[in-house]
Amino acid sequence: MDSGNCEPPVRAPLADTADEGLKIVIVGGFGVGKTTMVRSVSEIRPLNTEETMTQAGVGIDETAGADGKVTTTVAFDFGRISLNARMVLYLFGAPGQERFWFLWDRLFSGTLGAVVLVDPRRVADSWYAIDRLEHHGLPFVVARNNFGPPVHSLDQIRDALTLDDAVPLIDCDARDRESGKTVLITLVDHLYALSRAQEMAT
Amino acid sequence: MTPGSVQHENPDRLYTVTGGRSRADDARLDLVALIVSESQPVPGMQSEHAEILRICRAPTAVVEISADLRLPVSVVRILLADLLDTGSVTARHPRTAAGARLPDPDLLKQVLVGLRKL
Ligand SMILES: Nc1nc2c(ncn2[C@@H]2O[C@H](COP(=O)(O)OP(=O)(O)OP(=O)(O)O)[C@@H](O)[C@H]2O)c(=O)[nH]1
Ligand SMILES: [Mg+2]
Repeated sequence: MDSGNCEPPVRAPLADTADEGLKIVIVGGFGVGKTTMVRSVSEIRPLNTEETMTQAGVGIDETAGADGKVTTTVAFDFGRISLNARMVLYLFGAPGQERFWFLWDRLFSGTLGAVVLVDPRRVADSWYAIDRLEHHGLPFVVARNNFGPPVHSLDQIRDALTLDDAVPLIDCDARDRESGKTVLITLVDHLYALSRAQEMAT
Repeated sequence: MTPGSVQHENPDRLYTVTGGRSRADDARLDLVALIVSESQPVPGMQSEHAEILRICRAPTAVVEISADLRLPVSVVRILLADLLDTGSVTARHPRTAAGARLPDPDLLKQVLVGLRKL
């Protein structure tokens, strides 16, 4: 991988007027469909990259350098949706494991909100993500990605997740563009309602 | 972790690209800050800098540059700091920068309109 001969990007360029990048994060356990959902709604083929961050001596599974600092790497993939002439929404598919959350604040500060994808066969995989989102105060919706005919009702899923009634919970098919769009609209509708309520309260 | 990503990048290359600097904690460019070239690559320029100037002929997010160059975002931020210092690129920063508060309803309304139109 020599930078001197990187393949030129083949994706469509953004409009010259684009000036407002926005972020939404899709989180969930391994193999729950994060990348699939990014792909189905993105206007570009999902790209991936990583962020390495250095932190003074914190005990994560990474190697400490000679200066006692710890370098942690998080890989993520992302897609893009041009919303209008100015606004571009970036969707990040992010892993749900522990060291990722440790870096959350720095990696995804300024994120509008999150989608938690749940595999109904492995509901417990989402507990950690939901707990951390609540802890960080980042608004989110939960989408059940059905890998077959649903066995449980959404109410049963809500109970299993001990999810607050105020948090939207919907079904989705991560492979389907319309379904992915609906999930995003549900999230932004939710954010809008929260933002209106906050504005009213101040 | 995503296979085929940059995570096994040779550390020597990262060192060379950045000249051993680490400015990762400078006023940080957001992942989705949009970068725009203000000048053409010139001969003799570091190849990564020239590549960024080519990529950013149209506005391009920091993460997209990172994916294109196959370099971690932190390294790209350092490269961009050089180019910003010399005015070779400009950055269009997101309004929704880090902050506890929710974005204002007007902005969210525009996002909703955009999503519904897709
Ligand atoms: N049947 C079915 N398969 C799906 C659905 N969503 C995703 N898959 C498949 O499930 C597998 C995992 O999906 P990914 O999108 O790679 O999941 P991920 O969350 O990005 O996985 P990691 O990044 O490895 O954690 C892929 O083979 C998908 O094709 C779905 O709604 N139904
Ligand atoms: Mg994935």
